[in-house]
Amino acid sequence: MSEIIAKAPQGHIEVRNFSLSYDSIEGPVQAVTDTQIHVQPGEFVSIVGPSGCGKSTLLNAVAGFLKPTTGMVTVDGEKVNGPSAERGMVFQQYSLFPWKTVRENVEFGLKMRGMPRSQRERAARTLLGLAGLEAFEKHYPEKLSGGMKQRVGIVRALATGPKVLLLDEPFGALDAQTRVIMQQILTNMWQRLKISVLFVTHDIDEAIFLSDRVYCMTARPGSIKAEIPIPLERPRQQSMMMSSEFLALRRGLMSLIREESIKAMGGELTDMGMQGLNIELHGHSLADVI
Amino acid sequence: MPAANAIGEAGSVPATLPATPTFGTLALRWYRLNRGGLRATAVGIVSLLAFLLVWHLLTTYRVVFFVRFTNVPSPLAVYASFTKAIHDPKFLMHIVLSCRRILVGFSLAAIVGVPLGLIMGRFKLVHEIIFPVAEVLRPIPAIAWVPMAIMLWPTNEQSIVFITFLGSFFPILINTLHGMSLVDPVLVRAAQCLGARERSIFRDVYFPASLPHIFTGLTVGMGVAWVSLIAAEMISGQYGIGYFTWEAYSLVQYADIALGMIAIGVLGLGSSMLIRGAGQLVMPWRSR
Repeated sequence: MSEIIAKAPQGHIEVRNFSLSYDSIEGPVQAVTDTQIHVQPGEFVSIVGPSGCGKSTLLNAVAGFLKPTTGMVTVDGEKVNGPSAERGMVFQQYSLFPWKTVRENVEFGLKMRGMPRSQRERAARTLLGLAGLEAFEKHYPEKLSGGMKQRVGIVRALATGPKVLLLDEPFGALDAQTRVIMQQILTNMWQRLKISVLFVTHDIDEAIFLSDRVYCMTARPGSIKAEIPIPLERPRQQSMMMSSEFLALRRGLMSLIREESIKAMGGELTDMGMQGLNIELHGHSLADVI
Repeated sequence: MPAANAIGEAGSVPATLPATPTFGTLALRWYRLNRGGLRATAVGIVSLLAFLLVWHLLTTYRVVFFVRFTNVPSPLAVYASFTKAIHDPKFLMHIVLSCRRILVGFSLAAIVGVPLGLIMGRFKLVHEIIFPVAEVLRPIPAIAWVPMAIMLWPTNEQSIVFITFLGSFFPILINTLHGMSLVDPVLVRAAQCLGARERSIFRDVYFPASLPHIFTGLTVGMGVAWVSLIAAEMISGQYGIGYFTWEAYSLVQYADIALGMIAIGVLGLGSSMLIRGAGQLVMPWRSR
C-alpha cells in the first residue's frame, strides 16, 4: 500500500493535438479529431459523450493499445508507446482471468514484475482485505457477482502501483444499486490513494459524483466540446447527488450531451423519415420531445 | 418444525439457531439434492438390463426378422467366453498391445498437435503455411492411409501406431486452433496492462483460454484413434483387440466376436473417461 501512496505525486497525463482515424472500405474514418486533454497528478477526470463519440478510443490510446494518427500522448513527459503496467486499466467486461483465483488475478501484475511468490501473496491479501474481498481470495471469478468482479478488477489494476488508473465504463454492466455502491467505493479508494484517474462513462451522474473535472465530447468525429470543473467538496457522499449544486452541474452537462446525442442520431432520424424534425435541431424543440 | 425450515431456506440467516439435524433429516436432504442423479442412475441400470434381456431373447429364440440372429451368440455364451478369456494370457496380450498402440499414437498426436495448434493460432505466417496442407490431408480417413502406412514404415507395429496417430492428430489440431481463435482479446489487453510480455501472454492467457477446446479435441481425437486402430488391426495386424475380433470371425468363434466388440467399447469408454478426468484436474475453474 505504502508503495502506491509514495507514487501519488506522479501521473501527469497529457494528450496533445490528438487525432485518430482508421481505414475502411469507404476510405479513412475519423474517430477522434483535434483533441487536447490533461490529467494533473492525483486528479480524477472523466470523459463523457454520446455513444460512439470516440471516448473509449481516446482512453485506449492513453493505455497504449491504439497509436494516434497525429499528436501524442505522454505520461509524466514520456511518450506512450504501447501498454504498460504503469497505466493500470479496468474494463467494462471485468476481464478477470477465469482460470485464476481472485488472489491469483490480483497477483498477476506482481508476478510479471518478478516479485517472489510469498511477497506477492501477502501484497494481494492486503489489497483484497482493503476491498473487503479477503474471504473470496480462493474463489474463481465465475462465482462472484458483477460488483465483486469489478472490485477485483480495480484491485488488480492497482496492485502494481501504476502511475495512472484508466477505467473504461467500469460500472456499465452493473445494475443501478450496485453501480451506486461501486461509485462510493471507488471515490473512497481514490480519496486514500490520490492516484491520477481517467474515467470514461456515459453516465452523467457518475461523472459528476466522482470527478474533479469532466470533459464532454462531441459526436463522431469526437473532440472536446466542453471542460467542466466540478467544485463539489470532498470526500464525496451519495447524499450530495441531491444538492442544488450537483443538480445544476447535471443540468448543464445533460443539455451539452443531449445536443451531441441528437447530432449523432441525425442520420437515423433522417432514415426514419423525420427530416422535418431534424431541421429544427438548432432550436430545442426536438431535444425536448426526445 | 421451524428449525428445519430455517435451514431449508438457502442463503438466509436462520432467525433461531437450528438444532443439530438428525440422521433422518440429513438423509432426506441428501436425497432431495441428488434426486436427479439418482434417477438417472436407476434408469440407466434398468435400461442396460433391458438391453441384455432383449439380446438374450433374440438369440435364444434365434429370431429371423430381416436381421438374422441365428448365429449371434447369447449374452450367457459371451459371458462364458469372457471368463475363459480373462485367464488366457493371449487375450490379455491383445488388449495390452492395443492399449499400448493407442497410448503411443495418441500421445504423439497430442504432443505434436497441441503445440502446433497453439503456434498456428498465435503466428499468422505459420498458420498460412501449414493450414492448407492440413486441410487437404484432413478429409482422408485414417483407414485409407493403411496401404501407404505399410509402405512408409518398416514394421507393422509402426504403421499401426502411425494410423492411430493420424486419426487423432487432426481433431486435436483443429480444436486447438479453434480454441485459439476464440480467445477474448480483452483478456490479452488486460494482461498487457499488467506488464505481461509475449511469453507470459502465451502461457497465462492463450494457453489456459484454449484448454477447454484442447480437451474437446483430445476427447474427439481419442474416439477417432480407437476407430483407426481397430480398422488398422483388422487389416494389417497380428495382435490387438481388433485383430482378435476379426480372427474370431475367421475361426468361427462367434462368442469371441461379441467379446471383442464389448472389450473395444469398454476400452474406448475408459479412455475417454480418463481424458475427462484429466480435463477436470487441469481446469479446476470449470468444475462446479
